[in-house]
Amino acid sequence: MAGTMIIDGQRVGFDKEKNILDVIRKAGIDLPTFCYHSELSIYGACRMCMVEDERGRTMAACSTPPRDGMIVKTNTPKLQKYRRMVLELILSNHDRDCTVCEKNGRCKLQELAARFSIKNIRFGPLCKQLPVDESSASIVRNPNKCIMCGDCVRMCEEVQGIGVLGFAYRGSKIKVTTAFERPIAEVECVNCGQCAAVCPTGALVVKNETSKVWDVLNDKNKRVVAQIAPAVRVALGEEFGLKPGEIVTGKIVAALRKLGFDEIYDTGMAADLTVMEESREFMGKLEKEENLPLFTSCCPAWVKHVEDKYPQLLKNLSTCKSPQQIFGALIKEHYKKIDEAQGKETVVVSVMPCTAKKYEAARPEYRNNGIPDVDVVITTQELALMIKQAGIVFNELEPESLDMPFGLASGAGLIFGVTGGVAEAVIRRCLKEKNPGALKEISFSGVRGMEGIKEAAINIDGREIKVAVVHGLGNASKLISSILAGEKRYDFVEVMACPGGCIGGAGQPIPQSSLVKMQRAKGLYDVDRSSQIKRSEENPIIMALYSGLLSEKRYLLHRYLHHQK
Amino acid sequence: MNTTIIYGKVDQILNRYGNKKSALIAVLQEVQKEYHYLPQEVLSYIGDKMGISRARIFGVATFYENFSLEPKGKYVIKICDGTACHVKKSIPILNALRKELGLNENKRTTDDMMFTVETVSCLGACGLAPVITINDKVYPKMTPEAAIRLVKEIREANRLED
Ligand code: SF4
Ligand code: SF4
Ligand code: FES
Repeated sequence: MAGTMIIDGQRVGFDKEKNILDVIRKAGIDLPTFCYHSELSIYGACRMCMVEDERGRTMAACSTPPRDGMIVKTNTPKLQKYRRMVLELILSNHDRDCTVCEKNGRCKLQELAARFSIKNIRFGPLCKQLPVDESSASIVRNPNKCIMCGDCVRMCEEVQGIGVLGFAYRGSKIKVTTAFERPIAEVECVNCGQCAAVCPTGALVVKNETSKVWDVLNDKNKRVVAQIAPAVRVALGEEFGLKPGEIVTGKIVAALRKLGFDEIYDTGMAADLTVMEESREFMGKLEKEENLPLFTSCCPAWVKHVEDKYPQLLKNLSTCKSPQQIFGALIKEHYKKIDEAQGKETVVVSVMPCTAKKYEAARPEYRNNGIPDVDVVITTQELALMIKQAGIVFNELEPESLDMPFGLASGAGLIFGVTGGVAEAVIRRCLKEKNPGALKEISFSGVRGMEGIKEAAINIDGREIKVAVVHGLGNASKLISSILAGEKRYDFVEVMACPGGCIGGAGQPIPQSSLVKMQRAKGLYDVDRSSQIKRSEENPIIMALYSGLLSEKRYLLHRYLHHQK
Repeated sequence: MNTTIIYGKVDQILNRYGNKKSALIAVLQEVQKEYHYLPQEVLSYIGDKMGISRARIFGVATFYENFSLEPKGKYVIKICDGTACHVKKSIPILNALRKELGLNENKRTTDDMMFTVETVSCLGACGLAPVITINDKVYPKMTPEAAIRLVKEIREANRLED
């Protein structure tokens, strides 16, 4: 419904906006909210978004649809008083140790308390201190900082389709917790971190592991090797005020060298190996018509979800390790003898857009005699923090290039960071036609874009291959239901747990709008377009590895096979 | 905990409600009737069957006073502490029972799983105040001494049965 409203005396047209909050924001007014996220359902609990109509009635803007001719004010004395009271009440029960809080400086509650000049809190706390849950490899949950906005609950339930968190008890005893208040590492949490990405306070944060990185950087006996995931290079700049999607690979390399990393490589190189192995696996399964569709396995949150919820599909899951784990296994193998000779120890640090990668690196199958293939995983945000801690002025860095040999990735390996990228890379490998027209055709086949469930049909060797691409585990569950019910049939299914794919990972700077993810996606496609090597099999490093280090050690690239060596 | 769970029974209950999400509370009530509490395994099982997340079921089960996630004793004694019973001195009855059974506010069930003592807010029998119920049988116009006598009688009866 279209119409016009009057907001603070200003005429504002509306069209598709479902609530007056969106109309007010469109008018350039930054109405405060805690519990509103455009991609989640309306909850209407925090009452920060109250507005007043011409008769002095107040209403929550997030839960009021716009009407033609509506008149509202957003900043009356009554509303100001109201908002301060809400903040004061929230803060009265809040663990207010801001200076040592992980969310310090990025906290919505802190920001609004400052904005509304809360100086004095007249009420005492009602609740006693509850234990902090540090069981997860990826996220830390501090219930003492929870303001009950329910954002995490709705994110996990509505977008991820899991429902790890929920409200329990009632009245003053109400809390957000897991089923039976179990530690979060012991429930069906997949470590995607999306709950932490929407939490306005320090109640849910990504585990900070920067101190581990500083420790190894300051240890002369360690060879510290960094790998940078594709999605990091199109988002890190946002932490320094650059445009979303701006490609800052060169600056990241320069920053990592300044921080003291010995070698800096590209996870995209390892993604090329994933493409090679997954394509071979796929063609094999296609020929035998067994265990189709083949599901991708590079997203650790998705892998855990299959283990928890769809064990019957484990046989359909690709056995390929994720690029992160391939990289770790490869580097450790590469330096094994050299380390022994030099009396050094190689440490692999991943820079990832993802919180689940922390969990993946800690999984027992990725250890060799107790030594993990990947030692520490930090997120894009954590790297930005380290750069700031070191006083490096990021924007003034001269771009530098990645190290060789493991710093060379094909365009196919780099689009791994966006939904549809893995499918596209694998199709490029499987398709016999290698001309530019074929590349274009794949990119227009339906694998690209931000719709939750995408489908494509590609002709390979005269056979029509049905491909599905999903992002967000809620969408994955929908797709799987239709596959299990026999309504849909596919040959290849790509799943990424985070909306948008890795570019939307919870370790990335928190996007201010849905546009941000599209800009980051464009950044990665730009990287691909301008790279000389488009296909994984054309990457000379990959060729060299297969005839060298990997010639007898292909097991390094697979999850289960390495037990059989 | 010590209860052996027969999922066939849970299935029967679920079937009766056709796995309908809106019937969750009714299902939980029936399950509680069966086991005298809501065992975690059963809640998880129901959640998976009904397509409701475990966290949400836990939320519903902890929201209502009437649901218990703890196993209860063979005899559940409820002391009414509604206004009428309260003024007619229900609290001394509660205290006497707790003392007799070695219970307190946090420990509501005896170790031998014989007795659970809890309070309720008005049983709707104010004319008979103070009232207690033992496994839903109503005992009107109670005194601390009479309540303890009832407990002793139950113990004796159970001892003879063994
Ligand atoms: S990390 Fe992901 S799966 Fe785990 S609780 Fe948060 S949103 Fe749910
Ligand atoms: S944990 Fe965070 S997102 Fe979840 S309800 Fe509490 S404050 Fe809101
Ligand atoms: S944003 Fe409207 S009530 Fe929270």
